[in-house]
Amino acid sequence: MGLIFKDETFRDDFTFSNSPAAIRRFPFPFHEDRYMYTVNIEPHIPGPKGSAFEFPIDIDEHYLSDMRDRAITLAQDPLRCQSLPHMLTAEWDLVELLMTSMSDHYPEHFTLTREGDDWHWINRPMGIDQTFVFGDVATLPYRPMEYITRQCQGDFCLLDQRDGDLWMDSGIVTSQADWSLDFDVGMSFKEWHAPVPMAHEVGVFDRALKFLLNMQQGKPVRRLNWTMTINPRLDTSPENYHKWGTDRTTVTPENVGDKVHLRVELQGLWRLPRSNAIVFSIRAYLIKMDELVTVPKWGRRLHRVLKTLPDVIADYKGTTRYRQTTIDWLAKFDDGAPTSKGCWPD
Amino acid sequence: MLSPGIISRPVYEGLEPDVRARHNLIIAEGEGASAILDLAKKTPQDFFAKTTLLYCPAGSAPKNYENQLQALQPKALWTFPTPATVMFRLKGVLQTATMGTRLYVTGTEPFIGLALKEALEAGIDHKSLITEHRGSAKRRVQCVHCKGFTEDVTTNPAKCSHCGLTLLVRDHYSRRLAAFQGVCIDAEVPGDAPAPEEIFP
Repeated sequence: MGLIFKDETFRDDFTFSNSPAAIRRFPFPFHEDRYMYTVNIEPHIPGPKGSAFEFPIDIDEHYLSDMRDRAITLAQDPLRCQSLPHMLTAEWDLVELLMTSMSDHYPEHFTLTREGDDWHWINRPMGIDQTFVFGDVATLPYRPMEYITRQCQGDFCLLDQRDGDLWMDSGIVTSQADWSLDFDVGMSFKEWHAPVPMAHEVGVFDRALKFLLNMQQGKPVRRLNWTMTINPRLDTSPENYHKWGTDRTTVTPENVGDKVHLRVELQGLWRLPRSNAIVFSIRAYLIKMDELVTVPKWGRRLHRVLKTLPDVIADYKGTTRYRQTTIDWLAKFDDGAPTSKGCWPD
Repeated sequence: MLSPGIISRPVYEGLEPDVRARHNLIIAEGEGASAILDLAKKTPQDFFAKTTLLYCPAGSAPKNYENQLQALQPKALWTFPTPATVMFRLKGVLQTATMGTRLYVTGTEPFIGLALKEALEAGIDHKSLITEHRGSAKRRVQCVHCKGFTEDVTTNPAKCSHCGLTLLVRDHYSRRLAAFQGVCIDAEVPGDAPAPEEIFP
């Protein structure tokens, strides 16, 4: 059965919402009633049918609207997509990874036909029919990474591996939680994570880097990360912070349910075959509080997580101005009952 | 000299002679001259005979360091009126630099950053540079919003010299841009910026 794609916006009038089915498949990130930074990396193996983990690359009802929002952001700021010259092989690796995954798992929407280096890509939802020569940049209308990621949900970074480190040498980042690719291009793993509080001290980045340097082909991994966003805005970039920052002062007890969103990043990592680079995908899922509390366990649990969150993490995630208002609103949905283990709804 | 703890910021270990180098290229600004004079106390005799010095006196001009540098009898001593002219010459020198050349940089952090950026663009690994911070703690800041660079920032917050926003100077540094990141400090409540304080004198 094919997906039905919604027509909605992530800016201006903010018409984005989740269908009841999309709420049920939301990748809720808290497996217990509190939160602290951990490496929390697990194999990116198929999850339950219908979940956001069912396939390596998840396409959902927001696909076309996501892609339209990315095109708007790129038109305003082309430097959201950058690649150092030595990353071209990794870009082609990414084309292969995304086209094969999307066409294998969503054959009603995407078709890839390969005869040697002559490839034929059909993207039915976006009305794209493209023949090209794999490895020949002149045969695509954009550079390879930009071409395919204008057709795939999520931000993508390509990490070069050398000198026992990973380097942020390429990426397309239009739906980020307040970090700048343009500033971070060329940085090492710990350098681009420098602003994250607490995690360096507890050794999270040492362990994560060691793990990632040893990643093997065919064994992708994933982790979840989260923050909160006011209004369903994908482009919460530092570049535009002076335009969207005022959103954070608009939360009142009356509008929490509609304005405050939990933003979950499903981060996937793959070792690439030709370049030995690593793909780091950051797919953002948004859910407003009104939608989240339709799952009673999630309402209870988010209330408890926000209440016990260390202030330094709450500040880093930019929640300070509306955290208490949100906790007070969520309290109505927390009867104190115990919550079951794991992230899934009861 | 600078406070440690900024993970993305390069560490300036201090000038130590690399006696294996065939040729030394020392790029210095202002008080960086005093770091070269200190270096001279621990160098072997032939060190400066194979050393080219590029020097911008900047704020230290009244101290006339050039005479003391000349007394070290370097292979060449070139002085320049501004950091930008130093970088222009450095770019040219690096284009014809040979194997066995060791690059030293000393001065303020923005100056070291600009030289490091030239070195990176010439394909030199940033870890191979020998650096020492001397002089002002002023910062070079890139506005994340308009992407303009503001030089000689000594306060936090600081005004972007291009778009005029009041910027929080974050402890996040990009070698590629040779700059710290500046982010609008009163984006959430415009006009609510704290008064600038002299943090990087």
